[in-house]
Amino acid sequence: MSASAIFVLDLKGKVLICRNYKGDVDMAEIDHFMPLLMQHEEEGLVSPVISHGSVHFLWIKHSNLYLVATTNKNSNASLVYSFLYKIVEVFTEYFKELEEESIQDNFVVVYELLDELMDFGFPQTTDSKILQEYITQEGAKLEVAKSKVPTTVTNAVSWRSEGIKYKKNEVFIDVIESINVLVNANGSVMSSDIVGSIKLKTMLSGMPELRLGLNDRVLFALTGRDKGKTVVMEDVKFHQCVRLSRFESDRTISFIPPDGESELMSYRINTHVKPLIWIESVIEKFSHSRVEIMVKAKGQFKKQSVANNVEVRVPVPSDADSPKFKTSTGNAKYVPEKNLVVWTIKSFPGGKEFLMRAHFGLPSVENDEAEGKPPITVKFEIPYFTVSGIQVRYMKIIEKSGYQALPWVRYITQSGDYQLRTNV
Amino acid sequence: MLEPDPNYFSSFVCSGEIFELKAELNSDKKEKKKEAVKKVIASMTVGKDVSALFPDVVNCMQTDNLELKKLVYLYLMNYAKSQPDMAIMAVNTFVKDCEDPNPLIRALAVRTMGCIRVDKITEYLCEPLRKCLKDEDPYVRKTAAVCVAKLHDINAQLVEDQGFLDTLKDLISDSNPMVVANAVAALSEIAESHPNSNLMDLNPQTINKLLTALNECTEWGQIFILDCLANYTPRDDRESQSICERVTPRLSHANSAVVLSAVKVLMKFMEMLPKDLDYYGTLLKKLAPPLVTLLSAEPELQYVALRNINLIVQRRPEILKHEMKVFFVKYNDPIYVKLEKLDIMIRLASQANIAQVLAELKEYATEVDVDFVRKAVRAIGRCAIKVEQSAERCVSTLLDLIQTKVNYVVQEAIVVIKDIFRKYPNKYESVIATLCENLDSLDEPEARAAMIWIVGEYAERIDNADELLESFLEGFHDESTQVQLQLLTAIVKLFLKKPTETQELVQQVLSLATQDSDNPDLRDRGYIYWRLLSTDPVAAKEVVLAEKPLISEETDLIEPTLLEELICHIGTLASVYHKPPSAFVEGSRGVQHKRLPGSTGLGESLESPDTGSAAGGSDAPPAVIPSQGDLLGDLLNLDLTPPATTGPPPPPTSGMQLGAMDLLGGGLDSLMGAGFGAAPAASPASFSAPVSGGLDDLFDLGGGVGMPMGAYNPPKTVWLPAMKGKGLEISGTFARRAGIIQMEMTLINKAMSVMTDFAIQFNRNSFGIAPAGPLQVLTPLSPNQTIEVALPLNTVGPVMKMDPLNNLQGGSF
Repeated sequence: MSASAIFVLDLKGKVLICRNYKGDVDMAEIDHFMPLLMQHEEEGLVSPVISHGSVHFLWIKHSNLYLVATTNKNSNASLVYSFLYKIVEVFTEYFKELEEESIQDNFVVVYELLDELMDFGFPQTTDSKILQEYITQEGAKLEVAKSKVPTTVTNAVSWRSEGIKYKKNEVFIDVIESINVLVNANGSVMSSDIVGSIKLKTMLSGMPELRLGLNDRVLFALTGRDKGKTVVMEDVKFHQCVRLSRFESDRTISFIPPDGESELMSYRINTHVKPLIWIESVIEKFSHSRVEIMVKAKGQFKKQSVANNVEVRVPVPSDADSPKFKTSTGNAKYVPEKNLVVWTIKSFPGGKEFLMRAHFGLPSVENDEAEGKPPITVKFEIPYFTVSGIQVRYMKIIEKSGYQALPWVRYITQSGDYQLRTNV
Repeated sequence: MLEPDPNYFSSFVCSGEIFELKAELNSDKKEKKKEAVKKVIASMTVGKDVSALFPDVVNCMQTDNLELKKLVYLYLMNYAKSQPDMAIMAVNTFVKDCEDPNPLIRALAVRTMGCIRVDKITEYLCEPLRKCLKDEDPYVRKTAAVCVAKLHDINAQLVEDQGFLDTLKDLISDSNPMVVANAVAALSEIAESHPNSNLMDLNPQTINKLLTALNECTEWGQIFILDCLANYTPRDDRESQSICERVTPRLSHANSAVVLSAVKVLMKFMEMLPKDLDYYGTLLKKLAPPLVTLLSAEPELQYVALRNINLIVQRRPEILKHEMKVFFVKYNDPIYVKLEKLDIMIRLASQANIAQVLAELKEYATEVDVDFVRKAVRAIGRCAIKVEQSAERCVSTLLDLIQTKVNYVVQEAIVVIKDIFRKYPNKYESVIATLCENLDSLDEPEARAAMIWIVGEYAERIDNADELLESFLEGFHDESTQVQLQLLTAIVKLFLKKPTETQELVQQVLSLATQDSDNPDLRDRGYIYWRLLSTDPVAAKEVVLAEKPLISEETDLIEPTLLEELICHIGTLASVYHKPPSAFVEGSRGVQHKRLPGSTGLGESLESPDTGSAAGGSDAPPAVIPSQGDLLGDLLNLDLTPPATTGPPPPPTSGMQLGAMDLLGGGLDSLMGAGFGAAPAASPASFSAPVSGGLDDLFDLGGGVGMPMGAYNPPKTVWLPAMKGKGLEISGTFARRAGIIQMEMTLINKAMSVMTDFAIQFNRNSFGIAPAGPLQVLTPLSPNQTIEVALPLNTVGPVMKMDPLNNLQGGSF
């Protein structure tokens, strides 16, 4: 059904740790993985699935590690990849950073986790907060207090333990919208969308019931309310804690939240957004002598708002040299290892326009290798503002002890995958 | 279980170290003991062989320290198989641990015991497992449920005798969702490895329980349940709709795998819904957004999603027809994502969006990644063929690209321009001059062959066609077969068009092909031309210069029955490979292929009567040979769909069942089984033995040994579906009658026109099988007529060791 065994390999393909769940695939098969991967890389045909005879390797890479699942059945591939990423998430929460050293230093816990995360190829408990209640890094602590299965593991509410206590009950809500834009070299917007995310930091006692109200157009239409600006969410994805059937029937977002930080939901909005920072560029390449770059950045958002930490990244040929810059504001820097000019503007008010010029020399002997046409990319953050106009109208918090709790809301818009193609 | 990495086998722990560890393991101090076990595990992890310490480690098993216990268990799992006798020492502790007051320990014990694949131990596992299956703690029960699947894998008979399967089925009604989910997972796993066990006896009551648990269990549990639901066939459209309604909320789950499994259930059950139902339309609309959102997941998940979307748009193009933009390629997409996006872009291309698509494709064609650029160029050609209105723009885009003089771009462009000529003859010859300029730079066989084809086809309009073709002739024997064949045909065409100037040339090529070549295909074609030309030049002209049928709009569509099967496997490896599981999973050859349920509504065909749509032609699923496709589907429906009352699925003994198989995975391949491949040059006497062996495999008859030789002939299976045989469907079987091997075939003409002149040719095979006489077919075969033919065979033909015979081709001139 899913994985027969899971391996963690270093960059050379050496097994750091592994767990055989089903015993139907020879563990030595893993030796074929790295040579095959390298062969595929050479041929330019990398694929997330590699097969060798009747064995299939499904793999992901994380920092200096490969996580590989083997199978010889018609496994559920999407489940396997989701699970591999879940392992990364759990290990990262346990060891802060997941890399070769953290695996080697913590092999006992890694074994325990692998034993608990999956059984006979079926993923089991993968919520790291709950796992931390009974698989701890210090065995001594475990002996005394936590030698019992937390009921949470098998509860319908498998993401929150009972008996959580806070002196002050608060919830922090972050609404973060990322703008994805793809602009063609001739300046037309090929595609654009907004991916929003609502993140919670919950500091609430007991087992609180929460309800989140948004200015969701479908909800307003259902309830017959017709006031103010509403937002059409194309697609919504929820954390395990949200009652999906309830949302499906009456668009109510109701849930018992996980403790601490979590992503409650994400949504996608398809509306055509005006690129908040518009870039016009002229890149002229004079073979064997120089490249001249002129970039104009314009803030296409309200005057009252300010975009922070703006970075405009302009690609330059890999053999360019002796950079010279001129900027009307901010700072331009050449990053040769990435073949980029990075133009940084700490604070970029709406409606303003800035200019950057760059000049590079080119060697007289031309580079033979063809280079791709990387796009200009832009990074920014605009606080106190969402492009879509989405709003948290209320957050109701009900707990049987009857405490009062305060929700805090923060809005921010940022760049997502923000690409502008160039002519060169 | 951990096994030592063979690379490290040489690094045995030196005896001194073993000795030291031994002492520490037997220490009285708990802490020291634990540290020692940790050291042992550490050595094991880096691949050192520490099996010599087995008794000492097992001695540490009886401890109240949970961490130490876990480490010892880990060691046991790893080494028990190599030391089965010693492993028995651990049994007592396991049994004791299964009764421990702490549920963590009970579960740990039963979980570990199931992982020790030693027969002697499994006997002792039964009693503890029985108790754990009824444990008061759900954590223990959910672990025990999985343990049943483990035990079944080791000793299926034992599990059945002990009645564990029934207990497992009872757990589907457990009050705890996690237990239900694991029970479902375990049952599905067992059912998958024993397809005929009829284990997952899904009825409306169980389905209801599963749907209830779906709302409460973990994300993984939801996937187990959804995957299990996908195997159910609803009784009618109403049940189908009500299940769909309860599954759709899962489309909003953050886990991509949950979403894809839900999509699988919906895509399958949707087949049962009448197309005029409002709910059908609603469901279609609901599917698009989550599919699009999958493209924001991690690249590997995106890849799985894209491979599945590729199937979904072939089955139901209307779902994503407005979503072209999301498939535009981003610079930083991994190559495997780029290639898949490109493929889907072409599938979604229509008159409405073609301008945008072309602009994108042109952009991609100037990238640097060779594979991607090639595919982009090819895509432009496919657009031209698919959307007639865009053909002119596509051709001019291709010409622009040829001007770049980038070698592989030029070659790729020429290959697709040839296809454009096939689709729109006599329309774009003005570009031939430009193409000819690039003749010298072509070094890939496909491009060379395409160029030669163009020169031959339009020889009368190319002044120096003879010179061009002659230039290729010099290195005739160094060319690949593809180019040689094309060159032969092109020169014959040229000769028929300009006989006076090219007599010498044609003679030269004919003699090169017939006298100096070892290639039978080339020789045969050469002789045919030669005889045609020498006996009846007029007829030759009619044959060689006959008007060619136009090529179809869509190329590389997945064959409909395979597509149906793959839709049932959404999210799995099969859907990623676009191959049925039988093609890559060992031991699954006899497994029934999954099919979509037929619509019980009005018995409509697949095409949606979506007449009001604006995009026109692109709406209906692209039709290869539409009428036959439906015919085939209907036939299968009639014969195959289990009766409407959902009883147990029929055992796959009916011959027609195999009809649904594709040739690659099923058909001949499975009939002839592995025994065949292993017995090269089989004599007639040994012929039927492997067949019945293969049959055993296929039908799980078990008692096949006592079967009289030749008394049973395998039923006919479809060898060549009409789809692939240009309308001719061939089903057949091998039989032995009166001691003579016969190939018995049923030929059905599913094309519109009369078929005549049948002939058969056997490729060289491992058994030396060849026809003992000519194929006798009462011709002609009129449309929809069926004919039975028996061809006697002998085994004196040339033997060539090869993989089992697994394909058939339909040929036509």
